[in-house]
Amino acid sequence: MKHSLQDVKIGLEIHCQLTSLNTKMFCNCSSDYRGHEPNTRLCPICTGLPGSLPVLNKRALDAAIKIGLALNCEISHFSNFFRKNYFYPDSPKNYQITQYDKAGGVPIAINGHIETNMGNVRITRIQLEEDPGKLQYEGSITTSMNTLIDYNRAGISLVEIVTEPDVTSPKHAREVLNTIQSIVETIGECDSTFDGSMRADANVSITGGRRVEIKNISSFKEVERALNFEITRQKTLKAADKMETRHWDDVRRVTVTLRIKEDEEGYRYFPDPDLPAMILSDEYISNIQSSLPELPEHRCLRFVNDIGLTNEIARILNKDKFIADFFEECLKYYNNPKLISSWITTDILGYLNRNRLEFNDIKLTPTDLSKLSQFVQTGKINDSFATSILIKSLYENKSPLSYLDESTSNVMDEQSVAEIVEMIFTNNTEAVSDALSDPNAINFLIGQVMKESKGKAPHKTVRRIMDEKLLNLKGN
Amino acid sequence: MSDLISQFENIKEKNKSINAYISFSDIEKENINQTGKLSGKTIAIKDTISTAGLRTTCASKMLENYIPPFDAHVVTLLKKHGAIILGKANCDEFAMGSSTEHSAFGPTHNPNDLDRVPGGSSGGSGAAVAGNLADLALGSDTGGSIRCPASFCGIVGLKPTYGLISRYGLIAYGNSLEQIGPMAKNVYDCSLLLECISEYDKRDATCINRKNIDYTKHLEEDIKNLKIAVPREFFGNGTDEVVEKNIWATIKKIEAEGAEIEEININSLKYSLPAYYIIAMSEASSNLARFDGLRYGLHIEKAHDWNDLFSKNRKFGFGFEVKRRIILGTFALSSGYFDEYYIKAQRVRSLIANDFKRVFNKFDVIVSPTMPTLPFKIGEKITNPLSMYMSDVDTVSANLAGIPSLSVPCGSSNSLPIGIQLMSNHFNEKTILNLGNKIEQFSGVAK
Repeated sequence: MKHSLQDVKIGLEIHCQLTSLNTKMFCNCSSDYRGHEPNTRLCPICTGLPGSLPVLNKRALDAAIKIGLALNCEISHFSNFFRKNYFYPDSPKNYQITQYDKAGGVPIAINGHIETNMGNVRITRIQLEEDPGKLQYEGSITTSMNTLIDYNRAGISLVEIVTEPDVTSPKHAREVLNTIQSIVETIGECDSTFDGSMRADANVSITGGRRVEIKNISSFKEVERALNFEITRQKTLKAADKMETRHWDDVRRVTVTLRIKEDEEGYRYFPDPDLPAMILSDEYISNIQSSLPELPEHRCLRFVNDIGLTNEIARILNKDKFIADFFEECLKYYNNPKLISSWITTDILGYLNRNRLEFNDIKLTPTDLSKLSQFVQTGKINDSFATSILIKSLYENKSPLSYLDESTSNVMDEQSVAEIVEMIFTNNTEAVSDALSDPNAINFLIGQVMKESKGKAPHKTVRRIMDEKLLNLKGN
Repeated sequence: MSDLISQFENIKEKNKSINAYISFSDIEKENINQTGKLSGKTIAIKDTISTAGLRTTCASKMLENYIPPFDAHVVTLLKKHGAIILGKANCDEFAMGSSTEHSAFGPTHNPNDLDRVPGGSSGGSGAAVAGNLADLALGSDTGGSIRCPASFCGIVGLKPTYGLISRYGLIAYGNSLEQIGPMAKNVYDCSLLLECISEYDKRDATCINRKNIDYTKHLEEDIKNLKIAVPREFFGNGTDEVVEKNIWATIKKIEAEGAEIEEININSLKYSLPAYYIIAMSEASSNLARFDGLRYGLHIEKAHDWNDLFSKNRKFGFGFEVKRRIILGTFALSSGYFDEYYIKAQRVRSLIANDFKRVFNKFDVIVSPTMPTLPFKIGEKITNPLSMYMSDVDTVSANLAGIPSLSVPCGSSNSLPIGIQLMSNHFNEKTILNLGNKIEQFSGVAK
């Protein structure tokens, strides 16, 4: 589906659970709530019992500052918590402790930006807030007689990242989400492999139309789908005629109108009197700054400047921390960055995309890949043969070296190669005389040698022997 | 112990006419520390303060059967210091009121005159102490709820500095304003109780970690050269003549002891009552949202969906005054009105706090009547909420500024008590307790 980029404006709200924390945001309950019996990770605070009071988990504050710094934000020296008031059974206090950017509210970080291949995207703000509980239904939502509530998730620390509407297409939205995911993973605060640890809402408008919010998008892949659907829907209408919140139904793959909910103005935001404002010194913030690991953006620059990769290849490798780590691990065994990065970005990622797999689904190890590149570099095998066994190994989910064990034992030695070259020259005198006058004609001869050797003659050796031979013939 | 049990039976009997208690403890089953600072002392705890295993109703039908699973921090401290907890004291529902008539468990009667109110909202606590139904009591004070019943019942009551006492376990009404505080027959006991409950608690983020003070050791200090301000605004139109006369007579006696008295003006005080009610009601509308009957509290069985369930539970669980304040608070926080009400009230609040700060640069204590009137009759103001709210006109400013404020009996009229209010700078409780102790001595009303 194609959209003209200039008339679509997309803003994203990304919720990241701080999975690095051991306890919830305002109490000492364990934050490890997944897979536990419903309503067993609770205390008077996260269930909002009368008289209980929240106390901020300092680790949550530090994590939010880290994320803010990593997204190039200004960290607020004064920041505070607000209450968002609404009645809903997943919220045990019937208000959510969150942050706000109006009425004297100051979120923990503001005015950031991230770089993507498809352009710069500004970050409006980053705020800390608590996750609500989870509503569950026996069977289908429409036929279930009861709504069940599990408060184990209530009070888990969330960081909400809000972007400006700088995102230009559904594909770009996916890139932005992947970039942010890679950043929060690099700094180790949010592990996106945990189910539901990263969630996104999107708002979209096309020129002349109102802004529509899409909620309930279960994965980043779905964000792209939901936006594609919504933009087409709006274009069919010419433009959205009302400001509304729509729900993404990922089974039917359509957005549907949500019951008209309280809008932002209905939440009666006001400062939470139970939580004193946070005053942060320069020193406090710079200590956190100095504890940050190398960020994807900086790593990307290093790949270009120090390792000598192209900007494009460096960016692809840094889309996912796991891949960038894999790449650097390979270099530790054998320093052949050009070939290894080309294998990763073209052959391996291509294979993964075609087969809808993730990097950690495959068995390939950095050592195997770097050994393979070493064989090519030292001329034991040629690179097209190496590439072909690499791909074969991915399909069969085996080590690429396992194919070499049979074939490297009879990798052709120089003597044998010379014999084949001799034979090909004798049988193709016409081609040889062509090659003497036209350098391109040599490729035919090389092809014949490779065919005769069943691909086992190292390309470099073949070339060297031929060049010597042709030089001798010329001399004569 | 058998003495205590027969005493307890008498208390239960006397309570029938006063209605100071909503629930009684099972003291025979309790393991009481015999060697603490408070051992041997009996205490009534306002029913807005959580007690593990002992129902805590906030005088509301909503929490009629609510038994907290944990003790408030102050209750833990009372147990540590050996107090004998007799039971839970009546109050206005969720501490909203100035007369203890807004209780789902019936009004409390003033022991000085059973036809009159004990003040509120900690009226059960005040009446329990005044009527000898307990040696001590804990109240909570959001806009005067300790000092009003202290004044009306003729006892001593202190609203401590905001942040001195942990609010952990206090069921919130207006959480930026309120503090738990001691009530007692005399300043010494009040100071002793304050000593015991003012231990830092990290579970309340607004509680400030300070060195503990032995308040009882600062009660015999000289008041010579103590600088005392008397703001004219505290003697407004609604002030009874007899109250005004009595307060001035007391001020003259303080002057005679060598203190320096000066009349001043604090203009911002005239906005304190509306600012207080807007902030308190706004906070209440959010604080009380959790009472939906889903997890605990009143639960009506028949409902179509959760909105209907919440509405029904709240309709039947809350009394009229609570609903009024939730609705007004919701209105004040609503978009379009927020700036005009809540934000403006907060501005007034900082203005008042700054004015007090300026006064305390020059003066040690501010003196005023606690209540503008004598205790009124039960039923007299119940149908006129505005005149009821006006009763708080002299007490609310201390809550807005977060400063400590003490009410001490200083006289009476036709056996109805009159209280004087003493305010000092943040964490300066010892100055007003010391002055209160002097007033108690020369007014001769201490029990």
